[in-house]
Amino acid sequence: MLKYFSLYLKKQIVIYMIQFNFKPFNEMRDEDYALIGFKSGLEIHQQLKTQKKLFCRCPAGKYSDKYDAEILRHMRPTLSELGEYDGTALMEFKTKKEIIYRIHHDTVCTYEMDDTPPFELNEEALDIALEIALLYKCNLVDELHISRKQYLDGSIPAGFQRTTIVAVNGFIPYKKREIGIVQVGLEEDACREVSDIYHQRVYLTDRLGMPLTETVTTPDLKSPIEVSEVAEIIRRLARSTGKVRTGLGAARQDVNVSVDGGTRIEIKGVSRIQMIPILTYNEAMRQWNLLRIKEELNKRGITFQNVSYKNDDVTKIVRKTRYQPINLAVQEGKKVYGVLLQGFKGLLRWQTQTDTYFSKEFSDRVRVIACLTTLPNIIHSDSPTENLSTLEWQNIRKFLNATEDDTIVLVWGNEEDVKTAVKEIQIRAKEATIGVPSETRQALIDGTNGFERILPGPERMYPDTDLPPKAITDERVQKIKLQMPLAYWEVENQFKKYKLKDYHIKKLYITKYGNLFKKIVEEYNVDKEFVANILVDQLTALERKDYDISKLSDNDFIKIFTTYKKGEITKKGVVITINNILKKGLSVDEAFPKKIDEYDMNQIMNKEYKLLLAGIIYNKKNIPSLLLGKIMNYYNGRIDGSVIKQKVYDFLKDYGYDSE
Amino acid sequence: MIQSDKFKGYKGQALSILKSFNADVWSDVEILTDAGIFKGIILPRSETADPNHIVLKLRSGYNVGINISRITDIKIGGKKEAHYKIPEKEFPYDPKKPRVKLFGTGGTIASRLDYRTGAVIPAFSPGELYGSVPELAEICNLETEKLYGVFSENMGPEQWIGVAKAIGNEIEKGVKGIVIGHGTDTMHHTAAILSFMVQNSPVPIVMVGSQRSSDRPSSDAALNLIHSVKTAAESDFAEIMVCMFGPTSDEYGLLHRGTRVRKMHSSYRSTFRTIGDIPLGMVSKEKITPFRKDYKKRRNDKEVKIVTAFEEKVSIVYYYPNMKPDIIDSLIDNGYKGIVIAGTGLGHVNKPLYPALKRARDNNIAVYMTVQTLWGYVQMYVYDTGRDMMELGVIPSANLLPEVAYVKLGWALGQTNDLQKVKEIMLTPIAGEITEREPSNGYLIFQGGIPEVEKFISQYRK
Repeated sequence: MLKYFSLYLKKQIVIYMIQFNFKPFNEMRDEDYALIGFKSGLEIHQQLKTQKKLFCRCPAGKYSDKYDAEILRHMRPTLSELGEYDGTALMEFKTKKEIIYRIHHDTVCTYEMDDTPPFELNEEALDIALEIALLYKCNLVDELHISRKQYLDGSIPAGFQRTTIVAVNGFIPYKKREIGIVQVGLEEDACREVSDIYHQRVYLTDRLGMPLTETVTTPDLKSPIEVSEVAEIIRRLARSTGKVRTGLGAARQDVNVSVDGGTRIEIKGVSRIQMIPILTYNEAMRQWNLLRIKEELNKRGITFQNVSYKNDDVTKIVRKTRYQPINLAVQEGKKVYGVLLQGFKGLLRWQTQTDTYFSKEFSDRVRVIACLTTLPNIIHSDSPTENLSTLEWQNIRKFLNATEDDTIVLVWGNEEDVKTAVKEIQIRAKEATIGVPSETRQALIDGTNGFERILPGPERMYPDTDLPPKAITDERVQKIKLQMPLAYWEVENQFKKYKLKDYHIKKLYITKYGNLFKKIVEEYNVDKEFVANILVDQLTALERKDYDISKLSDNDFIKIFTTYKKGEITKKGVVITINNILKKGLSVDEAFPKKIDEYDMNQIMNKEYKLLLAGIIYNKKNIPSLLLGKIMNYYNGRIDGSVIKQKVYDFLKDYGYDSE
Repeated sequence: MIQSDKFKGYKGQALSILKSFNADVWSDVEILTDAGIFKGIILPRSETADPNHIVLKLRSGYNVGINISRITDIKIGGKKEAHYKIPEKEFPYDPKKPRVKLFGTGGTIASRLDYRTGAVIPAFSPGELYGSVPELAEICNLETEKLYGVFSENMGPEQWIGVAKAIGNEIEKGVKGIVIGHGTDTMHHTAAILSFMVQNSPVPIVMVGSQRSSDRPSSDAALNLIHSVKTAAESDFAEIMVCMFGPTSDEYGLLHRGTRVRKMHSSYRSTFRTIGDIPLGMVSKEKITPFRKDYKKRRNDKEVKIVTAFEEKVSIVYYYPNMKPDIIDSLIDNGYKGIVIAGTGLGHVNKPLYPALKRARDNNIAVYMTVQTLWGYVQMYVYDTGRDMMELGVIPSANLLPEVAYVKLGWALGQTNDLQKVKEIMLTPIAGEITEREPSNGYLIFQGGIPEVEKFISQYRK
């Protein structure tokens, strides 16, 4: 009987393997994505480089893991403006999480704690958001209405994020087409999660309330590569203002993905653009497979209407199991429940993402909603890995009256949590009959994704009654337009004529040095590659070492480059001058290399040569290089190194040294 | 200007535009503008907002204002009206649980959005409360009655008297506890006056509100309500209390005596503090913990004394340096019968006020001194100024809080015009409003920054 059973299982799997023709990542072509109806759009969150937070006067951009105090909150769902409950809100309420906020006096005030009403919107942040919106050629909103977007996961102590739409209907050019920008929002950043274990979630609050823009594109991206390329364009455009934050976590993407017959799924918080292709690939694969599972279920006659399951307490049956996780749970007095999914045989080990199986969809729900966070949190009767003994499984099957077409899922924990888990397993099984449930999913390091929460709808929006609407005046918009940069692709075209290296072009137009470059090259006729080397390579290197390159004014650069152009300093002299200004804190005039008359060089060589001879020299052969070093110190940055070298060798020739 | 409800809140040009396109509020529309098309639902507009914008709820759920000067056309597709209704469920009845009555007077304990002002307005119904705070059914059989629907700043003698009488009626009907939902701004005024108007109550009377309206996920409303209903149903305190958050965290509530409590922060959740004493106790979802023994205990009888007299011609004068006597004079000229002064330090005002105070005495006006330091007693013997003022008829009122002195003086003058009797009433404690002694932990204000204080708040949740 048992033998027959496992044979049956193997046969089934073989059938599934044949059906599984989703190609590996590297083999997927644009045509394949077209075939499955891949569709994607982006929501890009970009932190703005303001002094202060969006609705209070706390400093923005100060991070610390230290904290002075903690507060505890629970979140309860509330009605939307149109009188509806949001599905996500209800889900989060089911989880009954205790949320702890860690607070540092320097970065958080009573506003972020939700104990003081908001102060007026940060005008600096609004100007930057409007500038970015104008770069997308959006229509600006005439009057801002601040909304509250509910987040019951606790990532914001108020339970909602203050957010507002500043513009709609823009676009960016991409591959001879236009990708629409649906809207640009201005909103507060959320807390940083520290941990989420069992019924307690812990957050750090330093990032909370920092201003960021949210740019939403139309879902017109047709392949994973397109998604990452457009994300890059949007990121660069924002950076071209020079007014946004950079670095890890300063820009975070939410990626929406769907395939034909699937659902819009939001993958949250992708901070590395390089990860987008693999993440979107895996999500497309997941949806494609969930749809195949649905077909298979329907083929087996299982539909949304007639899907059936039952559950019962099986603690007694597995009381003495040698399977460690359950053994431990039983010893701690916890409950083990079996959920029988009628007709689901074999489906839980269907591959849905790279190295990820359908069973993970169940495990995720149990982890997030029932708070059973220690993994594994479920096992199932089709699992290829060893868990319960065959006899134990048999007893469970008998107890639950399982037929060979059924699958059994076991879950264990505190009774209350297990009951929640059982419900969630059943809900997820029911959802399998209709394909892809609407979810928000979190990006994982390996490029797959996991369940985060039910996808929230517009029901979670509520007008902010604490702040009045704010009209955007024409004067304000004009003022922004006067100082904003050209869209970078327009600048890129302008830069093309200089025929610079690609990365020089990219860097120049996203920094404020683009205009300076043009000025120095056009007006002072300085060698463009050299100018690019200095403004990009040298400055980047210095910035990486934490030197404040903003200390150098445009006038400083012009002075340095014209001095070079006049031949008073060499290329190396330019580098030395800049280093002197930043490293020694000298003014530009003090920073130039020493000015020693070239005609005195013979005299200096004589002096230094004699000093060298007077010293202890073990090998006379070293004298030329030693002397060269001494003389270089005098003239470095003023006279080209090769010229000095020649002069030193000429000088030494008279003393019988070889020129090499 | 007469306004149609079809165009809630719109006025001037915005109203004309909407009328011309026959686009009333809640219409599902496409608005064509010179800056593109906006699709969404037309929302009502706040009456205080300008007449130049139309508010639209976009499909994404966001609201935007569209300047009417840009609008070229409005196409109407349908209608979607908001039905803001908390799912209403009948409150379950359990014969084993005590009967608790919840009176509503308004405030943010239950509230919803008001399009007229753009602010939140109170909403109240037992079914709604059960729908949003089902935990209440585990504590008691709750009955509710809406007495008023006003913001707390609009509570006054009329409402105080109404609430006092309603309490009396309920107690006679044998209720086991009473909860009063109230706006927080003047909750301590109402708590104080009810402490005088409702005497000898056999059951707990708990006032409660919320500092974050219940339309917010992080609202303190639900937990405050749970705490207060638990206190009313189960506690042994047969007193008028205020039950609000102890810390800002969702942990426990404090039970403050109605005559010693004061709102001390404009927005914090833990805004209510007992002044010059310690609270009666604390309450969490799990238990009630008394801090002291000298409270009035719950009884099984239905005896309660309701004294609803109130003289409205009473005022508080908050003294400031260089105050001119005309302030006092104007009260005298306007026929005021009682004045409570919140004086500096131990209870002082400047000399230029003396003639006015003398005039008040000569006009048979009751003048009582309290301290604007809030903590501590009036002591008018220490300095000459104090003695001079007592000569002028100013009566020191021990550690009566200024607001408590105000309502008590109104209550006393409502009962008699005989200033000697008024004095007896004022200085005889009825509900803990004057205490014989200030315990050494009655004045505790932690000063942030001090190392040991910082250590404390790092160990206990705020």
